[in-house]
Amino acid sequence: MSKVLVIAEHDGTNLNGSTARAVSCASDLGLDAIDVVVLASDGSSVAEQAAKLTGVTKVLLVQNPANEHAVAAFLAPQIESLAADYSHVLAPSTTFGKDLMPRVAAHLGRPQISDIMRVESAMVFDRPVYAGNAIVTVEAPEGLVVGTVRTASYKAVSNDGAASVETRSVDVNLPSHTRFVELQSGGGDRPDLQAASKVVSGGRGVGSEENFKVIYSLADKLGAGVGASRAAVDAGFIPNDHQVGQTGKIIAPDLYMAFGISGAIQHLAGIKDAGTIVAVNKDADAPIFEVADFGLVADLFEVAEELEKAL
Amino acid sequence: MKILVGVKRVVDFNVRIQVKADGSGVTTDGVKMSMNPFDEIAVEEALRIKEAGNAEEVIVVTIGPKAAQEQLRTALAMGADRAIHVETDDEIQPLTAARILQALAEKEAPKLVLLGKQAIDDDNNQTAQMLGALSHWPQATFASEVEIEGDKATVIREVDAGLETLSVDLPAVISADLRLNEPRYVKLPDIMKAKRKPLETVTVEELGVEHVAAVKVLKTAAPAKREAGIIVESVDELVAALKEKGLI
Repeated sequence: MSKVLVIAEHDGTNLNGSTARAVSCASDLGLDAIDVVVLASDGSSVAEQAAKLTGVTKVLLVQNPANEHAVAAFLAPQIESLAADYSHVLAPSTTFGKDLMPRVAAHLGRPQISDIMRVESAMVFDRPVYAGNAIVTVEAPEGLVVGTVRTASYKAVSNDGAASVETRSVDVNLPSHTRFVELQSGGGDRPDLQAASKVVSGGRGVGSEENFKVIYSLADKLGAGVGASRAAVDAGFIPNDHQVGQTGKIIAPDLYMAFGISGAIQHLAGIKDAGTIVAVNKDADAPIFEVADFGLVADLFEVAEELEKAL
Repeated sequence: MKILVGVKRVVDFNVRIQVKADGSGVTTDGVKMSMNPFDEIAVEEALRIKEAGNAEEVIVVTIGPKAAQEQLRTALAMGADRAIHVETDDEIQPLTAARILQALAEKEAPKLVLLGKQAIDDDNNQTAQMLGALSHWPQATFASEVEIEGDKATVIREVDAGLETLSVDLPAVISADLRLNEPRYVKLPDIMKAKRKPLETVTVEELGVEHVAAVKVLKTAAPAKREAGIIVESVDELVAALKEKGLI
């Protein structure tokens, strides 16, 4: 029997939306079972949410005070000890999964398939290279497959499942060489960028941290998440966790609205899978117009204001 | 302490990638090659740690063909003290790269290994974490700030939720993200000086590393293109278009 183990991403209370997307990829493998493991200090509410994901067979809940924060050096040995029962181990390719999974793979002596965007068979996958400018089809060597899932390539599975939750104790020695200090979040109450169905983004053209209010305001009106180009983040207009692009977050909202973003390749790599892209820029030659479904060559502040009134 | 920094020779980030028509890969003939930008940041960080008096020696290492020595010379010109070239014409995947670095770390006993978070060619983002696992060292990936205090490092990491701070014991492996620093420009006299700095060549076999089961690339294709849409003339027209699609 071949089974896949999906590593749940969560903050202790809520299951991160990336997990439902990783489960969607796991479903494409066509295996006998999909188990999700929640590694947490308590995690019971996270496990309940994971149990509802469509297609999940069983949720394993591994409780350990060391799992309070997602520290790869603590989580990896626990996952390794569970992996023996599985043919595949997957996690979302978010900073959580990117940090964790190669550590798991190396301990098990396995290579890793990063950023799976399509499953051709249980051993053959498509993944992007060169910032998405080429797609390679790769075959994993025989044995356990360890991979991360490019979440923008998958729609979240729905929530009509009713899997059982099984508490599992994992007896491994955890290292003492790493200490979690703190997490500073710039997020606030707005929708999570990676889960939001609409995202309003600002670029260098926005001009200042002060001016970014216009972007926030429009986003709030739309119930959208707020994104930014690398240029805007580097200029200090907005914190780094808003960055969209190859080196930031790769997202796939239904609606993406880019204000004052020129459309550098690395930014476009992060929005390729968006449903509809709207670009507003003063420069008619901006590369963003080459990928936008609707372009408007105009002053972004005037457009944002007018748009907010029209909604 | 010693710092070991890994650098990779990759297609320059300004080059527009061309996928070969037969699906066998991307064109690299006659294409400008450079040090992976994240690795350049790693080299810069090592030099800054040394300049702050927290390290005595910065050793740069690359794994690759003869030509990869160019990137080692660049790192030496930036200020690294010596270089190790693990010469191979084989394609080296992350797990093998991590084993090679592990073997070198055992030999050189650095207190810190600094790597770029990912190479901009294969975009794997694996080697630092794999090295951490194999060496049983702590890892701090996607670093945007590194502070060394005695036998510990405090690292601020760029994560999806914001900025996470970890404290790790040394030896440790740290991977560099974009905002860690801005690498220095290399000046001509430094390039001349770099030519006289020691560069040692070893083979994968001499390090006792065997190739491991690898991922096989079956084909390479160009990505599906997004078609350009239409230019609207007014906000009203935009609103109407979005309403029609049921987006607002």
